[in-house]
Amino acid sequence: MFVDILFWVMAVVAVVMGAAVFVVDSMARATYALALSFVAVGVQVLLLHQDYVGVIVILMMVMEMAVMAVYMVMFMGMNPALMPMSMVHDKRKALAASTALFVTLAAGALLVPWPTRRGTPSADTTRALGEALMSSKMLVMTVVSPVMVATIVAGVVIASKRSRYDRLGDDLRGAPDDPQRGGVGR
Amino acid sequence: MTLQTVLLVAAALFSIGLYGAISQQVVVMVMMGLELMINGLILAAASFWWFLSPDPSGQVLLMVIIAAMTVEMAMGFAVATLLHRDHEADMTDMAGDLSE
Repeated sequence: MFVDILFWVMAVVAVVMGAAVFVVDSMARATYALALSFVAVGVQVLLLHQDYVGVIVILMMVMEMAVMAVYMVMFMGMNPALMPMSMVHDKRKALAASTALFVTLAAGALLVPWPTRRGTPSADTTRALGEALMSSKMLVMTVVSPVMVATIVAGVVIASKRSRYDRLGDDLRGAPDDPQRGGVGR
Repeated sequence: MTLQTVLLVAAALFSIGLYGAISQQVVVMVMMGLELMINGLILAAASFWWFLSPDPSGQVLLMVIIAAMTVEMAMGFAVATLLHRDHEADMTDMAGDLSE
């Protein structure tokens, strides 16, 4: 009973806050709304007995929204909490597309004869996940890790202002194009 | 709390995210739409896992989805930074060169 009530409260929070992201008139409020929506989904994942994944979702999303708020202050050149804005295009078509999608997905969810549950969950799902990641599902970890590293490298390369290729040319053999020569002038 | 109800909530989140991803003009808001879509995906995957097949493989798949979301956000922020630095753009309509 308690789980059901908590689930529905979190469901309403997740959906209402998700909609609020595109309704509220400032980006700061939109960011907080999205963070709340993610926390609500994290709690729902916890209710589905995935302790580790639920906690990860909550922690990661709160941090990510904090980064997003900093990003807005850096680049939008405004105080995001005070600047009302509404910048949309094709609002009607987008609304129609998303409504049609929701109807389709909801019909699928309600009409498909879902199979009954196969297998029983282990007593400690977090431990089971850890053991799977360190044994039979090791490949997932070994693939995800380099992808993460590649993302860090690519993110820095794309976002950095002036790399060594800008200074030395494509073959890295040119004279450095620096505004001020380095070294001690000898 | 049944599989159907959780899937309905997930479908609502995914659809709201799609609306945002299509309609918003500011790059960061488009990314928020994509985030919401992945949010719905996480919930749907978690409910499939619990109600249909609660063995560890499903949880591993969820971890992959979350990793994909991190990668999307990191690269999105990097591209938005590049756009802003290159031509002071923070709107998708100002970034037409990405489609060329």
